[in-house]
Amino acid sequence: MKIWKYGDDINTDMLFPGKYTYTSSTPDEIKPHLLEDLDPLFASNVKEGDLVFAGKNFGCGSSREQPVVGLKAVGIQAIVAKSYARIFYRAAINQGLLLVECPEAVDAYKEGDEVRLDAQAGRIEIGGKSFSFPKLPPEILAIRDAGGLLPYTLQALRKAKGGG
Amino acid sequence: MGMTFAEKILAKKAGLKHAVPNQIVIVKPDYLLMHDNSSAIVGKIKNELQEFGIANPDMPIIVLDHVIPASDEKIATNHQKTRDFIKKYNLKNFYDVGGGICHQVVFEKGFAKPGTVIVGSDSHTCSYGAVGSFATGIDRTEAAALLLRGETWFKVPESIKITFENELKPPVSAKDVVLSIIGDIGADGADYCSVEFHGNIGALTIDDRFTIANMGVEMGAKVAVFPVDRITRKYLSQIGLQKGSFEVLWADRTAKYKKELTYDLSKFEPVVSCPHTVDNVKPVKELEGLEIHQFLLGTCTNGRFSDLEVAADILEGKTVAKSSRLLVLPASKDVFEKALKKGVITKLSKAGGMILPPGCGPCLGAHQGVLAPGERCLSTANRNFKGRMGCKEAEIYLASPATVAASAISGRLTDPRNIS
Repeated sequence: MKIWKYGDDINTDMLFPGKYTYTSSTPDEIKPHLLEDLDPLFASNVKEGDLVFAGKNFGCGSSREQPVVGLKAVGIQAIVAKSYARIFYRAAINQGLLLVECPEAVDAYKEGDEVRLDAQAGRIEIGGKSFSFPKLPPEILAIRDAGGLLPYTLQALRKAKGGG
Repeated sequence: MGMTFAEKILAKKAGLKHAVPNQIVIVKPDYLLMHDNSSAIVGKIKNELQEFGIANPDMPIIVLDHVIPASDEKIATNHQKTRDFIKKYNLKNFYDVGGGICHQVVFEKGFAKPGTVIVGSDSHTCSYGAVGSFATGIDRTEAAALLLRGETWFKVPESIKITFENELKPPVSAKDVVLSIIGDIGADGADYCSVEFHGNIGALTIDDRFTIANMGVEMGAKVAVFPVDRITRKYLSQIGLQKGSFEVLWADRTAKYKKELTYDLSKFEPVVSCPHTVDNVKPVKELEGLEIHQFLLGTCTNGRFSDLEVAADILEGKTVAKSSRLLVLPASKDVFEKALKKGVITKLSKAGGMILPPGCGPCLGAHQGVLAPGERCLSTANRNFKGRMGCKEAEIYLASPATVAASAISGRLTDPRNIS
């Protein structure tokens, strides 16, 4: 498992350049350009189960969801950051991607540290030290647990239809 | 306990008496804005739309504006798919290419009204706070879910109160105000918050308020909202919205805020947001003389008639430096036609400006006015992120229309107070 570490205010243009926004929507179209202007090595080297670490205000900028769709599609286990911009945060819930908001864990991490993540318990271990992070409210967790907003919405619509 | 604007409107829309920060509420938004991303949004739920239909056909507003006219076959096909979707579901709130930037169109057509909740698959949806709407950006997947279900959740935000005192001293403008505030509190300074403006609001025009609310997202805000006053009512009546056709909500005097800030409007000065973050703000006078290759006047932040007029007055009888180019991007067809009628377009064109069709144009780097490596652009847009205008080796500086126009004459960054 590799940790991809970045700084503060990583914006949506760095995560997925605007010039591709209206021509790339599916995971396969998105993957080759993922983080293109931030880290040219990312797209060709990222592996399933990797983690992204970052500073404050991760995902600021546009409402484009391709960064989230792409990070989920390449199998990123979670993003661990000091804080997130709100549209990105919401988009992650909607795609079922785990975001860990934990400034202490980001500060504690040094290259080579072993990292273990327990999403269920809301804990992350960095080089032997354990940190807790806030869990989502139950009604929002239900969206992520359903696999994202569209499966969640369809469940609700089918239930309403069946019930009616 | 009193409520902030955000608490009050979310409580009301959720059918509750009261709402407090961090509470989750379910709301049916009044409108859902989509643009060139409509075909991708609809593409996610093609079969589901067949099965369930659109929950509320009056909710979607679709404006094609991001890459217009289409730059290639793929974009053209996306536009075509959107037109087919509109036809199939017989949707009435559709504005095809050439009408203008979605946010300006939502304003001009009277969708942005006080007391509404509007979500849009575009981050600058927060602009409608200018007229007292609770308006915020969402992603494509949520837009798709809203088409099917017609409702979504909100976490009631904490609020920040910003109080303005005194008046601006032109050519210092609303753009200098909002860039300075972002420089002050940081690009994450209002993350997740409702930013609510108080104080001497009467000193700011509707266009000023639009510019400030538009950039709320650049400080991380969920919404950025102004109270409704005489100026708002006058504007709304001009576009055909009379008293009684909207509901006015505002914060209680006893509302509790996370943070309270006060700014003296007369103390602001021309500023520029330097690469590559919007909060990297410096006074123009500190960087005067910086060589600029491309100037961009327009966009959803500063493409209204008053913005073009300010620039035209500065450029009248002068010409853009030979070493530079000036791109003019009116925010809508209505803005373009008014500027044409009033001679503003002629002045800008005579000075050397190139007039682009009313849309998002060069702002997001998808087409028109893409930068080359090593080039520098001074723009009235809202983002200066690395690569934003199509090239990661280019630099983008953000400023007011007056600063852009004043600088275009010499091709170097110029304080507009130094132009006679």
